[in-house]
Amino acid sequence: MSWFKRQEYKIENEGEKTVRTEGLWIKCDSCDQVIFKADLEANLHVCPKCGHHFRISARTRIDLLLEPGYEIVDTELKSTDPLKFSDLKSYKSRLKKAQKDTGLNDAILNAVGKLGDHEIVLSVMEYAFIGGSMGAVVGETIARAVDRAYESRKPLIIVAASGGARMMEGIVSLMQLAKISAALGRLDDEKIPFISILTDPTTGGVTASFAMLGDLNIAEPNALIGFAGPRVIEQTIRQKLPEGFQRSEFLLEHGFLDAVVNRKEMKSYLSRALDFMKQPSQDKVAG
Amino acid sequence: MTEQAGNLEQVQAVAEATPAAWVKTELARHSQRPYPMDFIESIFTDFSEIHGDRAFGDDAAMACGMARFHGEEVMVIGNLKGRTVKERIERKFGSPDPEGYRKALRAMKIAEKFGRPVFTFIDLAGANPGIGAEERGQAEAIARNLIEMSRLRVPLIATITGEGGSGGALALAVADRVLILENAIYSVISPEGCASIMWRDASKRAQAAEALKVTAQDVKSLGCVDDIVPEPVGGAQANPEEAAQLIDEKLRWHFNEIKALPLEEMLQRRYEKFRNIAQFYTT
Repeated sequence: MSWFKRQEYKIENEGEKTVRTEGLWIKCDSCDQVIFKADLEANLHVCPKCGHHFRISARTRIDLLLEPGYEIVDTELKSTDPLKFSDLKSYKSRLKKAQKDTGLNDAILNAVGKLGDHEIVLSVMEYAFIGGSMGAVVGETIARAVDRAYESRKPLIIVAASGGARMMEGIVSLMQLAKISAALGRLDDEKIPFISILTDPTTGGVTASFAMLGDLNIAEPNALIGFAGPRVIEQTIRQKLPEGFQRSEFLLEHGFLDAVVNRKEMKSYLSRALDFMKQPSQDKVAG
Repeated sequence: MTEQAGNLEQVQAVAEATPAAWVKTELARHSQRPYPMDFIESIFTDFSEIHGDRAFGDDAAMACGMARFHGEEVMVIGNLKGRTVKERIERKFGSPDPEGYRKALRAMKIAEKFGRPVFTFIDLAGANPGIGAEERGQAEAIARNLIEMSRLRVPLIATITGEGGSGGALALAVADRVLILENAIYSVISPEGCASIMWRDASKRAQAAEALKVTAQDVKSLGCVDDIVPEPVGGAQANPEEAAQLIDEKLRWHFNEIKALPLEEMLQRRYEKFRNIAQFYTT
């Protein structure tokens, strides 16, 4: 009989003894560090090792920026699929899947609440919903946030996270750029503050409209921000793009951002900016 | 004359075999189609070009100038495409860089200062995608035009004469009246671009053109333009003079309508048009 031969007891992998680690650990996209999920959440979804800013949902963003007790508004709009668009799949089925996956009607959430001491209107894009693309619902919902800011004279903050206009709504999606820009023009005429926050990624028609029209344009570190997508440019010029091209720091260097701000410091930065933008005349009128 | 008849037959033969949206796309891109500057030269007189964006350079793909419209002082803006290979390359096939949009805005601000109406003409595939364009803020330049045109305090009329390519076209088309030629197209993305993203196959461009609803008629029925300008039989290239005349008639009609409005009402209407445009949702 061999010393090492196991005769009676087999190694059995009993279900209840297994420790499931799935979903508890997350690998950083940037530095490959394995991070305990709870730690990542406690660190505002920023890698503790390399500082990589993970993409976060619109709801998480609102929780990070507003004090508890905020109100979600303008949630009732739903796309009517104006073009009856269909490619390999129908737009209707894409919408249904995105609605099921995110629990939202479209790629946008409006909220009113307090950021520090400031009553604000906040509009946040949801990248997980068809790439945060902007069709009639996103356009109208953002325009309603602008209207709310206009009517209540509260500062407006829009957080962009979007691949651009929603192709499946064709020309209808392009018109949303003009719609929001016109609404912002009216807000600007009334000297009501508007701060644009650009997160990873912000490209196409969203960059080429409201995201670049803030009194301040602020970005999170290393976010992809541009007009044309990197692949389109590579195909057009037939050469590889340089490292760091179209990242936040690149835009800052070229003069298109006011600041690149870490997620942890974002709220205090915004609060400070809103102090500055508060009109002295308003206080006088109120007093 | 025989050449025109030949053209017409060819166009009709193609029309029967391909989706209507793709036929229109090809007509909009026809190499003999009059370009914005051709129309400007036939419709306006005394065109004096003004150059430069006062910041970086003078974009060869964008032309702005003082001109007269039936004797009245106006500002005219149009993108430039070029006919020869050399000229096309110099003008980047008609796709403006940020400095082109900034030059256009500067011209509009001059017009505003002196109370002169602005006429824009658009035939471009899109704003130029490139390293330099990104470095100099293509997105910011377009965005700035959108907001400033929405509140520019003089009459604004935009005409899409060929291709109305996405944000690059819209950056000249936030206007009191947006006109589009019968065989022109207006789209958020080129049919080729859409085909390569959604079908992963650029050759599905005819299908994509159909799905995107890019024709003047579709865009009008979606409420995204104000009026369609008829073209001569066979398309504008078949009779450029007649095409220019047809544009001129429409421009005069719309211009007279806008001019009759008090300034504040004109601005309010422009604002409301764009604030309420393309509302396709249920509540």
